[in-house]
Amino acid sequence: MKAKGKEETAVGAEILSGKGLTRVFGFGPNKTVAVDHVDFSFKKGEIISIVGESGSGKTTLAKMLLGLLKPTEGEIYFAGELRDISSHKKKRQYWQNIQAIFQDPFSSYNIFRKIDAVLLDCIRMRGGRRLPYDQKRAMMEEACSFVNLKFDELTNKYPFELSGGQQQRLMIARIFLLKPKILLADEPTSMIDACSRATILDMLMNLRDEIGMTPIFITHDIGLAYYVSDTVYIMEHGVFVESGSADDVILNPQEPYTQRLLNDVPKLHEEWDLSTV
Amino acid sequence: MKHLLGQIFRSGKFLFGFVIFMIIMLTVLIYPLLVEYPPLKTISRGTFLPPGIYVNVYDSMTFSESYTLILDNAATKRIASKLNAEDRQAMKEWLVIGAELPEDEIDVDDTAKLIDLWTTNFDPTVRLPGMTNADRNYYIRLTASLDGLLATEGATVAVANEDTGVLEEKYVIDQTTYVNVGEVPNVRVLPLGTDNFGRDVLTELIKAISVSLTIGFVAGTVATTIGLILGLVSGYIGGIVDDLIMFITNLFTVIPSIILLILISFSIGQEKRGAFTIAVVIGFTSWVWTARAVRAQVISLRNRDHVNLSKLSGHSIIHILAMDILPYIASYVVMALILQISSGILAEAGLSILGLGPRTTEVPTLGLMLNWALIYQAPLLGKWWAYFPVILIIALIAFSMNLMNTGLDQVFNPALRD
Repeated sequence: MKAKGKEETAVGAEILSGKGLTRVFGFGPNKTVAVDHVDFSFKKGEIISIVGESGSGKTTLAKMLLGLLKPTEGEIYFAGELRDISSHKKKRQYWQNIQAIFQDPFSSYNIFRKIDAVLLDCIRMRGGRRLPYDQKRAMMEEACSFVNLKFDELTNKYPFELSGGQQQRLMIARIFLLKPKILLADEPTSMIDACSRATILDMLMNLRDEIGMTPIFITHDIGLAYYVSDTVYIMEHGVFVESGSADDVILNPQEPYTQRLLNDVPKLHEEWDLSTV
Repeated sequence: MKHLLGQIFRSGKFLFGFVIFMIIMLTVLIYPLLVEYPPLKTISRGTFLPPGIYVNVYDSMTFSESYTLILDNAATKRIASKLNAEDRQAMKEWLVIGAELPEDEIDVDDTAKLIDLWTTNFDPTVRLPGMTNADRNYYIRLTASLDGLLATEGATVAVANEDTGVLEEKYVIDQTTYVNVGEVPNVRVLPLGTDNFGRDVLTELIKAISVSLTIGFVAGTVATTIGLILGLVSGYIGGIVDDLIMFITNLFTVIPSIILLILISFSIGQEKRGAFTIAVVIGFTSWVWTARAVRAQVISLRNRDHVNLSKLSGHSIIHILAMDILPYIASYVVMALILQISSGILAEAGLSILGLGPRTTEVPTLGLMLNWALIYQAPLLGKWWAYFPVILIIALIAFSMNLMNTGLDQVFNPALRD
């Protein structure tokens, strides 16, 4: 179902790139290099997947890209310029362009804040703080209906009162309101059931077409990566071992690690190969 | 919120502690409305009047209607109060040794015969072997108190004539005359007697509880606020700020807070040591473990997804601390506050016993009351009412607050539930 790109979603200029990006946790004998001198270049409009098993450093990389974690070494370039998030104001500006969906919807929301507050934050982030409430409400209704939720049923409720799938859809409604240029989706479907999974992915793809953003999927599921993405990066122990277009990497893998990831995908009509595990 | 309150009040421990605390609180609030005695007014001459109902004798003789009641054991009771079993035994011993009367001839229960034997045989000048001066004085006092013990006629009240100075008989109070306490104009109930300065202990105690609770609340609030802010900031920001705050915190940890407290109180000086100052000083020396505990909790919270989401929504650090972290540790902070209040009350008591508490002239505190009782040797003199109720109240407050704390702990920490 690879989306036919509209004008603005056409693959274009470089939007996010990194040079020698490294993150080290701890020091001395406890030193762990989570991300090890990684280079990448994401183009505007393409759908990117970063695939790797647990502990390969995907989430650390995502947090560095989001600016939630400081890189130990290396630079990140946003829209061709060196990223500068040294002050709160600059961070806010950066976060207007890059947003995220986290893995576990149940822990992504503050349990003390209502759904309205979560959505209003997004409107405020887009500079709509002084809009009249009617207009804000119309925006929230639009965002909710985009993800097949009814705002009337959600208003004055807390996020934890929703199901996991609904919470993840609400997260997408959030992105709909924020309209970022880049969306980092860190295992967005791994905590929800298989039926909701397709719906969530569909919505993310629709959203991409709608607001013309560049989605980056971070996943352990190489099948999902093949299903959605244009470009795939395979990550092992903090290093990109293989990258390229989805067809190249997945149909014709060069690295044994990629081979192993492919074999680990359970298939319906074949016996599952457990020898590589 | 409603659900949470429901759960809290279903916890037996919390409820029990809460009820004890509320009873103390309500007493403190209601008692001053009913009884308007100034708490630190000296009302008695002489120290440590025992607890009881004090009836004005002059009023009961002259201003009250008197009644006649014929009660069977009135005389027996009257005699018993002057001459108890111990006195009788002492008299018998003297008579056996001093007057060499046969032991089996003396019947201690026959009051008339005993007194008759005593008046004929007792000689204060005789010194018995092994008798101390105190014993001799005791016998002399005893003899004096026996005077008129068996009299059946009433007491005569006489007033001196202003012109001549001659006593004129006014009236006779029979042994069967009674007054109704309700009709006597001046009756003062002193349920806990008076203290060393002759002040009503109960009124003083109620005032002291309210002052001590205030000190506890102020100290607890100051300590919790400082600890909370430092813990939040150092836990959330981390890095050099964390190192710096933890360095200060560790400094305070290694110096026992009671020593700091004593030194600071001493250096403030007697003149400037008000109840409020002492409360703030206690607060400033006891924030340490709140800060450490809050920091630990914040560190485990700061990398949660909801905090990351809040950052991505462009919230400031203050907003994140107040909305995304504080609510998650609020239950813990409330528990810490309760413990801080109770330890603040204890710290004030400890400080005041040493004589470094609030200055003594304006308000009583629980610690000051103990200090006064100790200085005037109430425990040695057996004047229990001057110190025991104070200790009991301190224990009850600390007990109720710790109970509430444990109860809350069980509600908030499901692993501890039975």
